[in-house]
Amino acid sequence: MNAKSASMPTAPLAGYRRNDRGTQPDYLYPPYASTVKRSPSHPLVLLPASLSEVTGPVFGFDVLKAYDNDLTKQHAGEPIGERIVVSGRVLDANGRPVANTLVEVWQANAAGRYPHKRDQHNAPTDPNFTGAGRTQTDAEGRYRFVTIRPGEYPWRNHYNAWRPAHIHFSLFGPAFSTRLVTQMYFPGDPLLEYDPMVTSIPDERARRALVSLFDWESTIPEQALGYRFDIVLRGRDETPMENYLPTARS
Amino acid sequence: MSLHTTASQTVGPYLHIGLTWLVTSNLAGPGIAGEKVTIEGRITDADGAPVNDALVEIWQANASGRYAHPEDTRDLPLEAGFRGFGRVPTDDDGRFRFTTIKPGRVPGEGGVLQAPHVNVTLFMRGMLKHLCSRIYFPDDPANGADPVLARVPADRRGTLIAQRSGADAAALTWNVHLQGAGETVFFDV
Repeated sequence: MNAKSASMPTAPLAGYRRNDRGTQPDYLYPPYASTVKRSPSHPLVLLPASLSEVTGPVFGFDVLKAYDNDLTKQHAGEPIGERIVVSGRVLDANGRPVANTLVEVWQANAAGRYPHKRDQHNAPTDPNFTGAGRTQTDAEGRYRFVTIRPGEYPWRNHYNAWRPAHIHFSLFGPAFSTRLVTQMYFPGDPLLEYDPMVTSIPDERARRALVSLFDWESTIPEQALGYRFDIVLRGRDETPMENYLPTARS
Repeated sequence: MSLHTTASQTVGPYLHIGLTWLVTSNLAGPGIAGEKVTIEGRITDADGAPVNDALVEIWQANASGRYAHPEDTRDLPLEAGFRGFGRVPTDDDGRFRFTTIKPGRVPGEGGVLQAPHVNVTLFMRGMLKHLCSRIYFPDDPANGADPVLARVPADRRGTLIAQRSGADAAALTWNVHLQGAGETVFFDV
């Protein structure tokens, strides 16, 4: 066999393990009303991992600019609100750090308002706060943002519905199969148990894992409280995919 | 050591704030070899209403069938300017549009070459975890032997194959029906 054959990778590749039962929401979760018309009615078609799924977009540090990871310094003045540091590690399910991966975040301002044409909440916008950031993890999978604590805000899912304070996170990981968009919450938020996005997650431990922890180590004296939020992406299977072995091993 | 994967949550309605900085609608920039195509489509919900707050991401190989990724070590040409990633939000009418090149074939299940395809990820309000699908190309002779299409019930395969938009063979349409009649096939990848 020619090791450089165009149709075969040079070495067998392993796929990414599927998520443990209960750790992910289903598509249809009627308490979150918008899922009713937007969730597929057919079951997903299971795909064995191929090169299409174990590869994924790679971004260099060149996509980042100064202050992309400090949301308090993106405008002429200081945003209103309580400064916080949000940091943590991105690991895979095997416990290994996910290095050099893009982390994108977005959030409401301290008053619970987004600078977005579809946000009609009558809380004030803040000319010194956009609420968007990005960074790359380091070799140990660490990331860090400086921002302000987002406010809770009302939404129209049900009567008197309020979203708990949260920061949206978007991660790529090493493969098409490891893409993840999630939300980080804050400890002690009384709204968590009423929030259908949180309660859509069947497993109680998986819900709790979306709640950041107060972190004295990353707290900056007289400046900003620290919150720690570790993120786990899918881990690699131990065994290579059989579908990469030549069909006839002669 | 085995950890539970972090739970997915929706991008919500304000995704543009955090995600449009990386909008990439043209994957076929200068120096990228291959057959240039446009792929446009519209995302609709169970009522046929347009989804005006979705984000579409694509991931594909270049015209030689090589992914711009360190694990694709096959000895095939890869242009320095080719990343293979696209991202666009839908407009007020639920529409999106990419300009790209038709990808080459990459190996799949059983060592069989897959038909040219673009991998798709969809995010939107009302979707607690993203959906994955694929765009195949019309009248490609390789579609008949594609190992992924073979896994899809025959009467639903058509939802994965783009259609010619008109007389221009390079203009393709691929619509997404989230639920109901003609529901698009989505994959557990």
